[in-house]
Amino acid sequence: MSRVKPREPMPQQPPAERIKNFYEVALGYTEEQAVSEAKRCLACKKKPCISGCPVMIEIPEFLALTAEGKFLEAAASLKRNNSLPAICGRVCPQEEQCEVVCVLEKTGQPVAIGRIERFVADYEAAHSNGSIVPYDGPNDPTLAQYHVAIVGSGPAGLTVAGDLAKMGYSVSIFEALHNTGGVLRYGIPEFRLPRDILDREVDYVRSLGVKIFTNVVIGKTVTIEEMLCGGYEAVFVGTGAGAPQMMRIPGENLNGVLSGNEWLTRINLMRANRFPDYHTPLKSPTKVAVIGAGNTAMDCTRTALRVGAEEVTIVYRRSRTEMPARAEEIENAEHEGVKFKLLTNPVRFIGDENGWLVGMECIKMELGEPDDSGRRRPVPIPGSEFIIDVDTAIIAIGQTPNPLIRSTTSGLETTRWGGIVIDEKTGMTSIPGLFAGGDAVTGAATVITAMGAGRIAAQGIDRYIREKHGLPLPEPEETLDG
Amino acid sequence: MKTDVHDCALAAAERSVRELIEAGASNRILRKEYLCDTVVLFELDNPLVARSARAGEFVVVRPALQGERIPLTISDADPKRGTITIIFQIVGRTTMELARLEQGECVPDVCGPLGKPTEIENFGTALCVGGGVGIAFLRPITKALKLAGNDVLTILGARERKLLILENEMRAISDELFLTTDDGSYARKGLVTDVVKELLESDTKIDIVFAIGPMPMMKAVADVTRPFGIKTMVSLDPIMIDGTGMCGGCRVTVGGKTQFTCVDGPDFDAHEVDWGEIKSRKSYYLEEERVAKEMLAKEANR
Ligand SMILES: Cc1cc2nc3c(=O)[nH]c(=O)nc-3n(C[C@H](O)[C@H](O)[C@H](O)COP(=O)(O)OP(=O)(O)OC[C@H]3O[C@@H](n4cnc5c(N)ncnc54)[C@H](O)[C@@H]3O)c2cc1C
Ligand SMILES: Cc1cc2nc3c(=O)[nH]c(=O)nc-3n(C[C@H](O)[C@H](O)[C@H](O)COP(=O)(O)OP(=O)(O)OC[C@H]3O[C@@H](n4cnc5c(N)ncnc54)[C@H](O)[C@@H]3O)c2cc1C
Ligand code: SF4
Ligand code: SF4
Ligand code: FES
Repeated sequence: MSRVKPREPMPQQPPAERIKNFYEVALGYTEEQAVSEAKRCLACKKKPCISGCPVMIEIPEFLALTAEGKFLEAAASLKRNNSLPAICGRVCPQEEQCEVVCVLEKTGQPVAIGRIERFVADYEAAHSNGSIVPYDGPNDPTLAQYHVAIVGSGPAGLTVAGDLAKMGYSVSIFEALHNTGGVLRYGIPEFRLPRDILDREVDYVRSLGVKIFTNVVIGKTVTIEEMLCGGYEAVFVGTGAGAPQMMRIPGENLNGVLSGNEWLTRINLMRANRFPDYHTPLKSPTKVAVIGAGNTAMDCTRTALRVGAEEVTIVYRRSRTEMPARAEEIENAEHEGVKFKLLTNPVRFIGDENGWLVGMECIKMELGEPDDSGRRRPVPIPGSEFIIDVDTAIIAIGQTPNPLIRSTTSGLETTRWGGIVIDEKTGMTSIPGLFAGGDAVTGAATVITAMGAGRIAAQGIDRYIREKHGLPLPEPEETLDG
Repeated sequence: MKTDVHDCALAAAERSVRELIEAGASNRILRKEYLCDTVVLFELDNPLVARSARAGEFVVVRPALQGERIPLTISDADPKRGTITIIFQIVGRTTMELARLEQGECVPDVCGPLGKPTEIENFGTALCVGGGVGIAFLRPITKALKLAGNDVLTILGARERKLLILENEMRAISDELFLTTDDGSYARKGLVTDVVKELLESDTKIDIVFAIGPMPMMKAVADVTRPFGIKTMVSLDPIMIDGTGMCGGCRVTVGGKTQFTCVDGPDFDAHEVDWGEIKSRKSYYLEEERVAKEMLAKEANR
């Protein structure tokens, strides 16, 4: 292969600067950069990149339009398959999805599809006040007599709600927290996903006629059964995987040991970094250990730096190649000064006489035989214990689905680990009329898979309601898996 | 309070559930009352929580848009009127701000009911012990115990007479009521535990104890009942954020196991609770709480 023009680099705030603020780290392409990067696309006949995108965006098409400078048309193309491109362009793990199957990947320089997607979405927001995908009301206004309830306002719930509202259904979202967005609001920090972008997307869903009710905990305030026999034709559960896993080692309840969710919720949802102007308190950390190496862990380290921590260390029991976080986020953390103690596992938290964390005893690990996940299992090296000084330890080793819905909904089939079981083609659960998708089904996954699941469920719900009421079935749409 | 409504016939008989939830809740303060200088009662318009609330459950409240989320027990619920009652003690910034809201105004966020309802059955004789604002949490439990057919003995204590709340309400739902004040300004001088001890040492047969109040009081009651081997339940009040099992901030150790108070509690077996740990965890933000309170006081003086 001839020499390949390298990818346009993403302009970023310099590390020394950005760790002092919560502004977005990646600044986005200029028009010239976007055009130049889009021109690198070879317009392959077989379009392999599309198969890597869970919502099957017409990638070569929107890239070609971008290359010609037709940014608004490119946005319209994007929005046919993805109603939240400004979000996906920022947080999709592109390197494992669309970009990994790009033919240019072999050269190490795949087309920067996500960055261009982000540029186009931002351009549209700045230049078209939302008119680019003309929305002249629902497809079939007679469907408004049918009501659908959506539980949870994360990406899965927002997608189902938007799709059904466009079809013509009356849709209401119920959210347990006082604000919308799910992990997009309480988990992912604003330096990766600015809040005005999230607000814009939620407002868009509202503009389609979707009603959003916050402070309603389904399973407690009302149950699924009550909703299904109390006026809703169908209910969609998009409650995510929000329950934090703990380590179950001594000292875990000392002051200074927090779950990743608590740390991020305090800062992202409650804005405790702006205490006392915002009223939720945050303890300013000095030496922080974050346990785990997924996206949540990286976000915890980088927020810790931004609230003034002097030293932030990732403690992870496997090696670098097994770290589950996005490569870009690991790199960002590294550039910002996060230290990595790999092949290391905490065995105990050490407290002072008042119950405050002062240290963490760790043990060194080595990689043994592969385990169920196919990754080599870390095994402790006897006698290798050592102590690190920390005043704050954040446990970010994974989340599982919250048990509230399954424990209050009889007849709902779930897996051993609490995921809701669905028919993959329709999104329907073991209870007729009850649908589910996103992290509540798959366990912690990604924004775009949650949205993909939402699109399938919206079609499943439409079909279910039509069949129930003897309405003509919709034209068979292209299914998402081809 | 109402029992299960998880039944289609019942749900359909009511106004459609959909209309009810979509009407939402205004959380308007229909009644505001000071039970004493530092304890405030709100009756709030919230038909949704009112219809499903059960004894032992709480709501999470946020008094201002930049405010903190704090848990408050549902002290009473009236499904017919569509109201819930919360009773709170003014201790820091958030409760001070809540207390500034006046009758007719709305509380921005009220979410619930949350927590596991108290397990109520006919135990025989139940002893209900309440201290300070804890009496507000004890009331729905006492009421439910009475309705379930228990003989209910109630002991209420306060530091001084003017801090004793809900005396008449509790008398109405108890078979026998004992009162104490620390300083002797009303009824018997002494602590609630003095009465608990006497009752246990007398011939009175007691099958279960519910103790709710300040932590030292709950711990003291647990210490008194332990040698008698009488099951004793307490309601724990660690620091919470979401109240739905999402943050793990409300962790406590009970029987050697970590529990999330907002979903596994707030009721726990007092004899199994690690009291030292809760005490220390509740002190984590003391410094920040002080700063916040000073800031609010300064604002008020301007
Ligand atoms: C810190 C962090 C960083 C991440 N980074 C990335 C990333 O960079 N890229 C990426 O693709 N993915 C990332 N993810 C994963 C991604 O955010 C999730 O996969 C995605 O948000 C799942 O969407 P969802 O709609 O299924 O659920 P969620 O986003 O979890 O939303 C569920 C919503 O339901 C609400 N809810 C729960 N129970 C109830 C109930 N009983 N009643 C009413 N409402 C309820 C919750 O409050 C919540 O708002 C990250 C996750 C975390 C935690
Ligand atoms: C399940 C439960 C039910 C409760 N019911 C009642 C009730 O009916 N009436 C009542 O007066 N109080 C109740 N409380 C306690 C009440 O939540 C606290 O008094 C309140 O949060 C204090 O907030 P503040 O900002 O005014 O005080 P601060 O100055 O912030 O704190 C004073 C003390 O309150 C506690 N506290 C602070 N923040 C929180 C928080 N976010 N969550 C929980 N506790 C916190 C801490 O122990 C702290 O030391 C309950 C607590 C729990 C967990
Ligand atoms: S939505 Fe995600 S996977 Fe699909 S093209 Fe965009 S960045 Fe790639
Ligand atoms: S695989 Fe890569 S180069 Fe080929 S069309 Fe898709 S984006 Fe363009
Ligand atoms: S308050 Fe967050 S888990 Fe209980």
